Amino acid sequence: MSVAEDFYSAEEAVTEYVAAQEQKDQLRFLTCGSVDDGKSTLIGRLLYDTKLIFEDQLAALEKDSRRHGTVGEDIDLALLVDGLEAEREQGITIDVAYRFFTTDKRKFIVADTPGHEQYTRNMATGASTADLAVLLVDARNGLMVQTRRHAFIASLLGIRHVVLAVNKIDLVDFSEQRFNAIKAEFEQFAAGFDFETLQAIPMSARYGDNVTGKSEKMPWFAGPTLLEHLEAVQVGEHELEAPFRFPVQWVNRPNLDFRGYSGTVASGRVKVGDEIVVAGPAKTSRVEKIISPLGEVEAARAGDAVTLTLEDEVDISRGDLLADPTARPDVADQLAAHLIWMSDDALLPGRSYLLKIGTKTVNATVSEIKHKINVNTFEHTAGKTLDLNEIAFCNLTTASPIAFDPYEANRTTGAFILVDRMTNATVGAGMVWFALRRATNIHWQALDVNKAARAEKLGQKPVVLWFTGLSGSGKSTIASIVEKKLHLEGRHTYTLDGDNVRHGLNKDLGFTDADRVENIRRVGEVAKLMTDAGLITLVSFISPFKAERQLVRDMLDDGEFIEIFVDTPVDECRKRDPKGLYAKADRGEITNFTGIDSPYEAPENPELRIENTGDPEVAAQKVLDLLEQKGLLTNSNFVSHGDYI
Amino acid sequence: MTLPEDRLSNLRRLEAESIHIIREVAAEFRNPVMLYSIGKDSGVMLHLAMKAFYPSKPPFPLLHVDTTWKFRDMITFRDETAKRLGLELLVHTNPEGLEKGIGPFSHGSSLHTHVMKTEALKQALDKYGFDAAFGGARRDEEKSRAKERVFSFRNGSHGWDPKNQRPELWNLYNARVSKGESIRAFPLSNWTELDIWQYILTENIPMVPLYFAAKRPVVNRDGMLIMVDDERMEIKPGETVEEKMIRFRTLGCYPLTGAIESNADTLEAIVREMLIARTSERQGRLIDQDESASMEKKKREGYF
Repeated sequence: MSVAEDFYSAEEAVTEYVAAQEQKDQLRFLTCGSVDDGKSTLIGRLLYDTKLIFEDQLAALEKDSRRHGTVGEDIDLALLVDGLEAEREQGITIDVAYRFFTTDKRKFIVADTPGHEQYTRNMATGASTADLAVLLVDARNGLMVQTRRHAFIASLLGIRHVVLAVNKIDLVDFSEQRFNAIKAEFEQFAAGFDFETLQAIPMSARYGDNVTGKSEKMPWFAGPTLLEHLEAVQVGEHELEAPFRFPVQWVNRPNLDFRGYSGTVASGRVKVGDEIVVAGPAKTSRVEKIISPLGEVEAARAGDAVTLTLEDEVDISRGDLLADPTARPDVADQLAAHLIWMSDDALLPGRSYLLKIGTKTVNATVSEIKHKINVNTFEHTAGKTLDLNEIAFCNLTTASPIAFDPYEANRTTGAFILVDRMTNATVGAGMVWFALRRATNIHWQALDVNKAARAEKLGQKPVVLWFTGLSGSGKSTIASIVEKKLHLEGRHTYTLDGDNVRHGLNKDLGFTDADRVENIRRVGEVAKLMTDAGLITLVSFISPFKAERQLVRDMLDDGEFIEIFVDTPVDECRKRDPKGLYAKADRGEITNFTGIDSPYEAPENPELRIENTGDPEVAAQKVLDLLEQKGLLTNSNFVSHGDYI
Repeated sequence: MTLPEDRLSNLRRLEAESIHIIREVAAEFRNPVMLYSIGKDSGVMLHLAMKAFYPSKPPFPLLHVDTTWKFRDMITFRDETAKRLGLELLVHTNPEGLEKGIGPFSHGSSLHTHVMKTEALKQALDKYGFDAAFGGARRDEEKSRAKERVFSFRNGSHGWDPKNQRPELWNLYNARVSKGESIRAFPLSNWTELDIWQYILTENIPMVPLYFAAKRPVVNRDGMLIMVDDERMEIKPGETVEEKMIRFRTLGCYPLTGAIESNADTLEAIVREMLIARTSERQGRLIDQDESASMEKKKREGYF
């Protein structure tokens, strides 16, 4: 209060104060600990002691303390930060919450992340934007499995500054010995991580000892209080030392005379006249102007949101990465990365996801899980899929080359997220380890005799007729009639049937979700080669997952993939049961059976949907009619008539 | 104390982050809109949008959901601002609410807010088919906002499900939505009220005069100072209209917005007052006072 009151009389003092604010920087940190380590109480204490709790909030807090509180008569500071109704009733924090407080030296943004086992995802989220991590331990319990996990995740996400908050020191009689033992154990354990600073502080968040004020009960501790440390710690900006990187966000084109590239400088510095290169196409130019929020400037640095204009007309669009030509980023379509999985639906290698890195989004698949990492023991284990909150080291393949740096060198150009193409959910977070060099050396063999030439020779347009539907829906029967009719018309065809392929090409695969994905991927690749050969390929596969069908669609050129949904209700399929499989599944003799204990995701917009007609001849005719309609049965020499009135 | 050369100041870091978010929305969405509520946060957001695209204009219109109960000064300021900046301004009022004469005095604050704000906003978003809407909300405003994402996902009926939000890492925002779904984008997520005022002062951003203290006619009603802004406000028995030096820390519908007594008639004085404030700004909003979890409920229904 008193500091502020001094200002009350003098207006210039406010102006001075505001000017001082311009000199105040920002520190983003996260707090993590196990349940009951007192995280929420610690943040509540910081807010309370820095006077960021207003009277009305305090009144609401007192009311809530009586209703939900767990500390008897005192105000429960934790209630100040446990936000949502659901978690307040459960007494746990279930999501990342952001808190703010400020001192004369710094503004702080705190990411409060929960300690529950299942919430690795939330901690990674909080850590991704943090400069520093405060790891809480209960002085009575010492280091827990969770503490190790938190240190590991912090390190994985590139946090280089750590505070070990040995909380509830009051409950071990402010014991120096106890504190030193915990500190030593942690230091030994953390030696393997690349932390630049590591400060252990004994404290009691509940009573405020060594949080913002020095504790009189621990004269033996000569170090700083938590707040003193947070105010003073120098989190040197590695982004500033890294080479210049600038992901183009938006092309700024108000008129023909101005063409600028807007974006945030990811790392390094840039000044007018500097040479830059567009990663990938490797076109170079020089910076002509830099427009910052403060107007036209001579130079910009990591973190600045600016608009650059260049001396030359270069074709640049959103997603391109501008870089220092003397220290270029990697450009590749295969890379190795650490991946944290954040979805209830497991990661399936081979499935197609969207990968967003910087301002670029591309199709990508995880081609191989090299190993999973046990976050508690750091052991490497083998795995075919990755579940929620699991971490793995993976190889990824992108549909087109992307520009990036290793995450270790650059937290912005080395980070990516994976998005599910169907649900649009963010399902994974990745940190690039390195580019797989071989990717850059593989060039597609350019053949003079190409797809068009082969198709022309055969006098047809190659397509893939993809029949999807439940077991017993009639896919193979219909496909077989279609093939016969096409053959009679002189078309060149080939059929890939689920059962037949499983006896040969895919006999090493079972029926788990991961194997089903691989099954479809291989069949898709074969169908693609057949298409390249100029054939009309008929594929009848249950292919229960939308994402895999989409994957095959993406492998082929536009219009080459024709999805035919044989929509026979499960009851009807079960009645037919041509191979006796439903009976077996019902008896529990086979598991993962689509329609019984494994889902079938019906296509939303198939090119053709065949409802249960009961007559496969009629169904086959519908397929032929569609091909006719699409102009696919005309001779390829014949110009498609397209739409006419 | 001076900042080391290699550190960005708090305000510059916030400014850059907000500009990045605003550009990301403009680049990724088909049809974005900026909700403009005329208040200080909206004013800062708009100022940042002007900077984000300079020398171009922001590539999206402004939308004001007009409950017809805003302070008259706000409407004047709104129209002047759009004109001064040369931006397209869309104004939407819930026609059914207007027809039924829904208002805070006759129908109470909660029904009024629901019909004239929440429902009206949904109508406007549906009418124009916006797939992203910028809002000026900040995480420090209220507890349920503290966990809000920068890109907040809304389902086809504009509902917010706190358990079904996407993880948000680094500055990589997921802008993918299916038809009918949308994103509310909050570029000011990491700003505090004090940051807002300091920025307004540093950048000299024009603000509605109501934020500055002046003599205005008020009535003390249920412990709040309510300004008599037009003849629709009935003076109840026992109430007297007094001329007081007042100002507002937050602006909304005049019958629901409490004034504070103050002499702060310059930006400097407002910041000075902020520094010694003992109540949070939301206290001036009648709609928050029923239940501490009320904001969460309203957001689930589609409120900003």
